[in-house]
Amino acid sequence: MTTATATKTLMEIRDLQVHFSLHESFKSRVTGRGGRAVKAVDGVSFDLHEGEVLGLVGESGSGKTTLGRALLGLVRPTGGSVKLRGEELAGLPERALRPKRRHLQMVFQDPHASLNPSMPLETALAHPLQIHKLTSGAAETQAKVREVLELVNLAPVDQFAGRLPGDLSGGQKQRAAIARAIITGPDLVVADEPVSMLDMSVRAKILDLMIDLKRRLGLTYVYVTHDLASAKFFCDRVAIMYLGRIVEIGTTQQIFEDPKHPYTQALIRAIPEPDPDKALPRDLPRGEVPDAASPPLGCSFHPRCSQAFGPCGWEGRDLRAILEQRWVNAGEETYTTERALVGDLEKLELTHEAFIPAGPGKDAGDLLGLLEKVRAEDPDEPLWRGVRELRAESGGVHVSFEPGIDPVLYETDAARAACLLYRPE
Amino acid sequence: MSAPALSLRDLRIWYGHERGAVRAVDGVSLDLMPGETVGLVGESGCGKSTLGRGVLGLLPEGAGHAGEVVYQGRNILELKPKELRALRGPDLGMIFQEPMTRLNPLMKISAHFEEVLKIHEPELGKKEARRRALETLRGMGIPPTRYHQYPHEFSGGMRQRIMIALALVLRPAVIVADEPTTALDVLVEAQILRIIADLRRNFDTALLLITHNLGIVAEACDRVAVMYAGRVVEQGPAYDITTKPAHPYSRELLRSTISLSTTKLHSIPGAPPNLVTPPPGCRFHPRCPDAMKVCAEHWPPTITTGPARRSECWLHASEDIPAGLEAPLEREALAAAEEA
Repeated sequence: MTTATATKTLMEIRDLQVHFSLHESFKSRVTGRGGRAVKAVDGVSFDLHEGEVLGLVGESGSGKTTLGRALLGLVRPTGGSVKLRGEELAGLPERALRPKRRHLQMVFQDPHASLNPSMPLETALAHPLQIHKLTSGAAETQAKVREVLELVNLAPVDQFAGRLPGDLSGGQKQRAAIARAIITGPDLVVADEPVSMLDMSVRAKILDLMIDLKRRLGLTYVYVTHDLASAKFFCDRVAIMYLGRIVEIGTTQQIFEDPKHPYTQALIRAIPEPDPDKALPRDLPRGEVPDAASPPLGCSFHPRCSQAFGPCGWEGRDLRAILEQRWVNAGEETYTTERALVGDLEKLELTHEAFIPAGPGKDAGDLLGLLEKVRAEDPDEPLWRGVRELRAESGGVHVSFEPGIDPVLYETDAARAACLLYRPE
Repeated sequence: MSAPALSLRDLRIWYGHERGAVRAVDGVSLDLMPGETVGLVGESGCGKSTLGRGVLGLLPEGAGHAGEVVYQGRNILELKPKELRALRGPDLGMIFQEPMTRLNPLMKISAHFEEVLKIHEPELGKKEARRRALETLRGMGIPPTRYHQYPHEFSGGMRQRIMIALALVLRPAVIVADEPTTALDVLVEAQILRIIADLRRNFDTALLLITHNLGIVAEACDRVAVMYAGRVVEQGPAYDITTKPAHPYSRELLRSTISLSTTKLHSIPGAPPNLVTPPPGCRFHPRCPDAMKVCAEHWPPTITTGPARRSECWLHASEDIPAGLEAPLEREALAAAEEA
């Protein structure tokens, strides 16, 4: 789908931030200040070219949906800038933003939830026209509604115009939702997982429709998804997101043929392949998606990365994960003896200097012995590349890690990737 | 060959509806062997989930059934509720789609396991129960240090693994997993698929894996049954079916799956029929690119199309087609009105 030779910039996003404060304590709840924040979008910059399809791809919690909504001002950015044809949208009051939404529309994931169940299609489609005062008079409105219904293949129009969403199949509902988005003649449509709730046999039809509409109406799409396979087919460029950041951005060809970030590489290998002869060997990242309220230091992906090294941001929590993994693999007996040596691991400080307390009544030297043993048994574990010193102190072991570097998007020979492997000297 | 762990014989399940009976499962015969993973695929509304629940006797009130689900020589569908309850858990397990909603948020993980083991295996001591639970959790990659935490302290993928562990801790002979990875991300999904693959090697559990994703079938299943409008239209070894589908529906379903090697979008015209008045003859004929005249009039025979493979399609029984009915079916182009 590479028709994107157009280089005119439609939107310019610079250092965009959307932080949600958690207000866990009484004080932060009363004052609205302090406390922890989830950085759903944490400093994202990119340009959106006219007529292109940009994929925002990531797992749940990566911030892709929030970023998509922030482009439209559906969530308030807490920092940074979003410019539409040079005009700043971030920070505009709702009243000033509303007229702009004519040009910026959205298609939501769940077509069953995004249409009013008691509103016939023609009414639902007429609303945007009336709100933005795009037509004069009922006859013109009706004509426009019919034209758009025809455009999304809800034809014969007479049969569909009066229907309620409940009378439509999932695919038809999504067609109606798309019709409502394009009826105002937008420049940009943000489609948030538009096909993920639909059957495989229907997905292709909806994607085909979107491609067709793009060609006819000169639309620009932001396609938010966790499904790399459809992104590969549908997008001109792809941005891979992890914990609120873009970790890799490039053309679809660059991303899929020569992925640079270890996270992108893992994602691509994890896609189930229906043709068993083409299936790739799996190399899954270990561990879990981290807590977004207290993300890992340095590169957010380092605890799961097989290529991580010294400056990736190692810290106490990573050591805890290594111990836990060891106890998953080891038998009952090893677990019981070793667990007793180690104290409470839940309260580790988020710094590069960690203090691992010894278990009650246990000697710090024994704990140090355990950690040395763990290291000796698996010296290739990436974590040890970041450990500078293990030192027994009174009541526990002090671990000094190499301070981490927070990666930004670096140039590579393909896509730009936020990975220290590509940091220029 | 050993005896099947579970055997469906001409199973029929229908729901009452104002316009007549919805025949959600309409004559399905399928065997599950011990240690085997069978994938059940098809579009929404083809009766996959109803079949999965029917196998466990979890049908809603008002559902009618005929045929047999044979487990250890007994027909599950005829058991008294009490007898059935005794089977669920230690013999027949279930893994649901939404791990977030199936764990009790007020109970620690440990309490979930203690409850299950206390009810079904009361002779197990507390210590032994804990040992069993931790061992099963280990198999799912859940660290023993987190045994006493609450469900909200785990990620979505871990919760699904805990659900699987809860089903496995009783070592059931048969497990039905209804779209166990659909709500999960690619990486977590891959992790769960790996666990399912390990399951085959390490336990003798027969697994019925319900999914709409053929990629998952190719990766995790030994055999696959393709369901359309209440019927299993094709079944056989997963590799054979995903590489050389015999039934046009299996083939079209595979073609419409979007994978990394997709270069052209493909979809199946139309939508699955309503199951109150399904089309006469082969139920797929209105959407089938290969339909012949016979398909619209006569029920297709079940044909053996290869080793351990069966397909319900006239294409493979050409010598039995009544004279004059081999011609391609002529029909009006499907109106968009019938499109999904």
